Amino acid sequence: MNSKLLYRAGLIALVAAALFEPAFAEEAAPAAPKLDTGDTAWMLTSTALVLMMTIPGLALFYCGMVRKKNVLATAMQSFAVTCLVTILWTIIGYSLAFTSGSAYIGGMSQFFLTGMGTGTVNDLAKTIPEPVYAMYQLTFAIITPALICGAFADRMKFSALLWFMGAWSLLVYCPIAHWVWHGDGFLSSWGVLDFAGGTVVHINAGVAGLMAAIVMGKRQGFGTDNMAPYNLVYSLVGASLLWVGWFGFNAGSAVAANGNAGMAMAVTQIATAMAALAWMFAEWMTRGKPSVLGIISGAVAGLVAITPASGFVDPIGALVIGIAAGVICYWASTSLKKMVGYDDSLDAFGVHAIGGIVGAMLTGVLARAAINPASGETPAKAGLIDGNPGQVLIQFYGVAITLIYCAVATLIILKVIDLIIGLRVKPEVERDGLDLALHGETIH
Amino acid sequence: MKIVMAIIKPFKLDEVRDALTGVGVHGMTVTEVKGYGRQKGHTEIYRGAEYAVSFLPKLKIEVAVASNQVDKVISTITSAAKTGQIGDGKIFVFGLDTAVRIRTGETDDAAL
Repeated sequence: MNSKLLYRAGLIALVAAALFEPAFAEEAAPAAPKLDTGDTAWMLTSTALVLMMTIPGLALFYCGMVRKKNVLATAMQSFAVTCLVTILWTIIGYSLAFTSGSAYIGGMSQFFLTGMGTGTVNDLAKTIPEPVYAMYQLTFAIITPALICGAFADRMKFSALLWFMGAWSLLVYCPIAHWVWHGDGFLSSWGVLDFAGGTVVHINAGVAGLMAAIVMGKRQGFGTDNMAPYNLVYSLVGASLLWVGWFGFNAGSAVAANGNAGMAMAVTQIATAMAALAWMFAEWMTRGKPSVLGIISGAVAGLVAITPASGFVDPIGALVIGIAAGVICYWASTSLKKMVGYDDSLDAFGVHAIGGIVGAMLTGVLARAAINPASGETPAKAGLIDGNPGQVLIQFYGVAITLIYCAVATLIILKVIDLIIGLRVKPEVERDGLDLALHGETIH
Repeated sequence: MKIVMAIIKPFKLDEVRDALTGVGVHGMTVTEVKGYGRQKGHTEIYRGAEYAVSFLPKLKIEVAVASNQVDKVISTITSAAKTGQIGDGKIFVFGLDTAVRIRTGETDDAAL
């Protein structure tokens, strides 16, 4: 008799618990963030891949293109920027870019990364630990200023470089990253589509590079001296590391190990290969020979252009973006540069700014609702070909605002540093080479 | 004694060395040089920037020989280094006052 009663009481208790459990949950404390091991593993990997893009990817890509006397100094720039930006990000950069503040900049709540622990998350990436997210975003903050170095190769003082990079990453990179990627950011709320950083990284770096090239002026002997690359094998290795690493850049921007990441990887590969071939054939037809520098530059142009689109377009879109990037960036790096007459030494503007603009605008055309369908209150991310021509205009706003803010802010930073310590090395230093004069080292 | 200096195409080095060994010349100094004569250079293009490279890589060979060997050495080098195409090079002969073998102190013809 007792056991039957007990048995019935237990059943009633179980049913009651099942019925009332939701109510219990509402009254209890909010659940701890649910980390996903797949997402976390992928993002740990992506972080390493994107860091590799700068060191040694970009370092090699750039240093192989300059003359022997400047090879070490050029590689030093990428390495030093990596170290400097890491510390600034830790102190204040992450907080400014990725915490809540206003629509224009984050707050100081995570000064020195306070509040970041093994169990916390950033609201933008709830399934991965915050340290992983912070470090992943750091690798973007690192490569963006490092890209600028291509524009002023062979002529910038190292001390001025450090000051410039420090100021630029906090005053230009962090705000724009906040506008485009943080939930509060105004460009994000306008609906600008930039999956992995076409505006934040590439247009930003490219335009800043152009400003630097103009402010610092042309290299000694530009147009007359032989400035042939020291060793294009380094550049090829660098470009290859950039390509492989870029899977972390684009597919990693899904911040998840899922189908979006997979599609981002696929379109990245397709667009890059298409752009490389497009540049190569364009050069073959116009100059008579397909060059190594041409094919690797085409690949990088494709990587740049697919960046903002990688989470939104399909393989056909990738092909279109690839052809456009290859041909247009080839034109910009050869004809446009010659026409206007600036010395953007390694084509930071011609490849990154122009490629970024091409990609950002084509995202507005080619974004597919099928890849990012509507979910709940979030509308589908669709472009012109899916019946949403307004997206093109929104993309234009994103591009224009990034361009204008970057150009103005970069100009001011450059001018201030120029007034205080001077940006450019002395003519004798430039003639004899930066390696020995700035760093006391040489390649034998 | 004379110094015979020859500017030749780099790939001809082994042939010239073997030929000279065959006529009794057992030492030489080789330097990598750049130069041009009637052979034009080439043009390199990097992202639209064209560079005309007029200096071509060559090798300079210097051998010290006894005066009575000079004609034989010149004809040996000439036939070994010739391709018949522009850029084969030139041979110059300089007078040599003294020669010393450092290890033994031998001088002049004994040092060659």
